[in-house]
Amino acid sequence: MTTTATAPAPAAPAASARDTARERFAAVTGALLDEEPRLAVVLADISAAAFRDAMEKHPDRVVNVGIREQLMIGVAGGLALTGMRPVVHTFSSFLVERPFEQVKLDLNHQGVGAVLVSAGGSYDMPTAGRTHMAPGDVALLDTLDGWTVHVPGHPDEAEALLRHAVNDGGGDGRVYLRLSLQENARPRRVVPGVFEPVREGRGGVVVAVGPMLDPVLEAVEGLDVSVLYAATVRPFDAAGLRAAAAGADAADVVLVEPYLAGTSTRWAAAALEDVPHRVLGLGTAQEELRHYGTMQDHLAAHGLDPRGLRERIGAFLRLRRA
Amino acid sequence: MTPNTITAKGVSAHERTPGNAAPSRSYEDLPRLMALMTGDEKHDSAATSTLDVLWVLYDRVLRVSPQTVDAPDRDRFLLSKGHGPMAYYAVLAAKGFLDEETLSGFGAFDSPLGHHPDRLLVPGVEIGSGSLGHGLGLAVGTALGLRAQGLTDPRVWVLAGDAEMDEGSNHEAVAYAGAAGLENLRAVVVDNDSATHGWRGGLASRFEAEGWSAVTVDGRDHEALYSAFTAARPGRPHAVVARVEPKPSAH
Repeated sequence: MTTTATAPAPAAPAASARDTARERFAAVTGALLDEEPRLAVVLADISAAAFRDAMEKHPDRVVNVGIREQLMIGVAGGLALTGMRPVVHTFSSFLVERPFEQVKLDLNHQGVGAVLVSAGGSYDMPTAGRTHMAPGDVALLDTLDGWTVHVPGHPDEAEALLRHAVNDGGGDGRVYLRLSLQENARPRRVVPGVFEPVREGRGGVVVAVGPMLDPVLEAVEGLDVSVLYAATVRPFDAAGLRAAAAGADAADVVLVEPYLAGTSTRWAAAALEDVPHRVLGLGTAQEELRHYGTMQDHLAAHGLDPRGLRERIGAFLRLRRA
Repeated sequence: MTPNTITAKGVSAHERTPGNAAPSRSYEDLPRLMALMTGDEKHDSAATSTLDVLWVLYDRVLRVSPQTVDAPDRDRFLLSKGHGPMAYYAVLAAKGFLDEETLSGFGAFDSPLGHHPDRLLVPGVEIGSGSLGHGLGLAVGTALGLRAQGLTDPRVWVLAGDAEMDEGSNHEAVAYAGAAGLENLRAVVVDNDSATHGWRGGLASRFEAEGWSAVTVDGRDHEALYSAFTAARPGRPHAVVARVEPKPSAH
């Protein structure tokens, strides 16, 4: 997990300069199919059009099962049992939540791996409502053993982490790659499994997960805090958090995640179990946000916009502008 | 603590024919082998609804042996209906996949033999099962994986129960497999009338409607089973509905 991912690699031929992480995923995976004979893609209609060329080129290794998500994961398990490396993709709500028992039994219990790549995240499609929101996906995977979870904050990071994921665990690991339309302005050179120090301060540590980095940096502008960037949340970089906390006056930690608030708080607490510490978990609210509107509307309603973040981070760390 | 596992060597699945694996036991040995697990010398046939299907498959159809459990070109048998696996373990023991001594530990903490099988504990067991409705999907993926690797000879067999077919996941798999023409896929449904609401028109019709070839036979008649198992039609997955005595009401 500590190997350096291929640095923000040049975009694949089909990718444009303004592509989304999901579009990048389709383009890069199409190219990887040409290079990796073990690789197979399993779809349930979502993004099928983006894989049309790959399907024509590799009809036996790009499988669209239709709108059948239980089968999608079952097929991935069966492919892996024969030695293939399945990459499975649909919206997050239909990839992890709907077929969760298949993830538990057809992958984990069989002792096989897959790369699950979601789109949609927690609030990418707010006009679609609750049915297309999966804020609990990472928390659900936390109930299972051995899942690596990447939350890239930029399409370039998504590509690097995808390339890493395909070969992770000797090419048999269980990896969840959570893609979103929300992204930071610039990519970072991600090292899978390592929290990257972005800035240093003494008033506490803010861990910004994936696309929450830009809002967090704006929120803590002028505040004396450290910021860690996490594009991989599982495994949780306990050593990185401990090192950052040791550089602060107190081990006060704020986790800012683009999914269910508090998903990673127990991991942070475990990392700091031998030192007095406080942890605040920020993310989407437990209660259903029964509204449509825009992504920005939802970020603000969850307190995940810079203003909301600044208010809560400042209050928790008892900070004022330096 | 890791439960005991059993090891076996892998060679080509086709280096030996089915049915001659040592130590070879006969069908008549199966009640004794099951009794090693349960202490029950008189197994009600309804408690062993899968016994004859399993025997005919392992004795005459499946091209897999204790020496080929890891061979890429072996036939796969996936027990989807993981419930009541005594008959399965007995047949595996009869064909040399398991030592007979292992059977007496059935269900014990350190035994590899649970009331639902675990593929990581028993060589020759292709999937861990017990939760109903998972085997057909895994079988579809296995058939696709073999096809993608150019392994067109091995067959993928999956055994389900008629009540298990209540699970909607099976119908996702049946519909897709028919549409995809997975001709190396074989399903056996042991039908002991245990589905709460039954199957109007019969289970075979569900497969036929999705483009499978399907036959319904007496699940206790070994010759009829063998004929049905070997009656596949090219270009289609094949289903055999094996009718056995109705299950006594248990609830």
